[in-house]
This record gives sequence, C-alpha cells and structure tokens, in this order.
Amino acid sequence: MTEGLKLTVDRRQGLAVLYTDGYINNQGGEEIARAAYELIDQGYTQLLLNLHGTKIINSIGISILIEIIERMLQIEGRLGFCSLTPTIEKTFHIMGLAQYAGIYPDEAAATADLSPGA
Amino acid sequence: MPEQAALREIRLLLPMAPDMEMVASQAATAVAEFARMSADKVDEVRMAVVEACINAFEHSHAVDKVLELTFTVLGTTEPETLCVTVRDHGVGFAPECVEDPCIEAKLKAERKRGWGIKIIRGLMDNVKIQSGADGTTVVMCKSR
Repeated sequence: MTEGLKLTVDRRQGLAVLYTDGYINNQGGEEIARAAYELIDQGYTQLLLNLHGTKIINSIGISILIEIIERMLQIEGRLGFCSLTPTIEKTFHIMGLAQYAGIYPDEAAATADLSPGA
Repeated sequence: MPEQAALREIRLLLPMAPDMEMVASQAATAVAEFARMSADKVDEVRMAVVEACINAFEHSHAVDKVLELTFTVLGTTEPETLCVTVRDHGVGFAPECVEDPCIEAKLKAERKRGWGIKIIRGLMDNVKIQSGADGTTVVMCKSR
C-alpha cells in the first residue's frame, strides 16, 4: 500500500551520504542497512543519513539503524543523521541514539564534522 | 473548572495487515489537525499511533485480526486534549514485565527491538495500558 523507500547514495572523498525518501519501516530499514554495509565493505567509515525526505519512521526501522550504529562502532567509524523532522529527532533522543550517532541540523553541519580531516 | 466533554469521536476498525498502521496514521493526522494541534504535536501523535498499531499487529496474536481505534477530541468549548484508544482482542501481556530498553544494552544485544512502549510514553502526555486474557487496550492522550 505504501510506496517503498527511495534511497540515493552520494559517494564522496571518505564520506558517503545516503538520502532517504519515504517511510522507514522494516523494509526501508533493511534497504538502508544493505547500502550501508556495501559502503563499509568498500572502505567507507564515515556515513551520513540525510533524512530530509523521511517524515515518518517506525521503531522496527530504527532498530535496523541501531544495527548499523553497532557495525560502525565495531569498525571505529562514525554514523551521522541530518535534516530530521522534530519528531524523529525527539524519538532518537528518547531512545538514546544521540549518544552513539551524531545528529545535525543540516547536511552542511554534518559534512563539516564528518568529513575526513574535519 | 468544567469537565471536558467529547467534542468529536471517530472510530476505526483496521485489519491487522501490512501497512495498515499508515491508515491509522492518516486518521490520527486528520483528527489532531481538527483539534488544532501544532504540526509537531500532530506528528508526535501519529508516530505514537503507528507504534501502538505495529505493537498490536506483532504481539497481540488476535484471532480476529482486527484493531479498534477510537480518536476522541476532548474539551469544554474548544479542543483541549486528544485521546487515542487502541484495542485488540489478543492474548494480552503483562505491561509491568516489559523491560525498559536502553541503548547501551541494545547495541550489544542480538535483538535490537522492543522500543514501542518507550516511544509512545515519550511522545504522548499520558499513557495507560490495560491488558488481560481478552486483549489489550492502550489509551494515550496529548493536550493541545
């Protein structure tokens, strides 16, 4: 019934940005995880999830994002989130995600912090 | 202070099927907008409703596979509070036995899930859960 999540990846020097568009549920979360693990396998250790196009997410989708955070911690990489709706940001704080992943107001602030050499 | 009355009540019966939580989300948005909640509060209500629905879909094991939602706008003359009741006729659970999840433990655990009730409590002002052998009722309210 709902359209699937659309995901776009922008590979940059040492940083990959994943743009989401749509609902992040279990399928959407798994799609993000597949893309993130592929990027990690390609050597990326800094990932940014730009959620500008996502207005709703559920706890199953967020649980899959926690798996990605766990993987990033294992490789001593960093995962950041930017352009969240106030409700998604509040939810991430309720769950404590902000302790393990950067939350930035916009992509400029995120890339300034996550880009290699920043 | 005068007691709040139901200014509007909407009932919705949903089949427990994939993506039906989004139908509940649309209904929650419409009622919260009718109650003249801010855009952020509308968003918080709809996210809490989505969580309550997927909890019921996943854990109720209701034979009838039907979820009942009631949206009630309360107020004296103007909308003041929105209450959403989500009821299933499943097997029930013991709310007091549900572990409060914490991110440190979840990062190490194989099972990362189990956040629904914590999210609902964090987004709504008042949440009551009643559960027994005849099902579970979650009543969650938020003031305007």
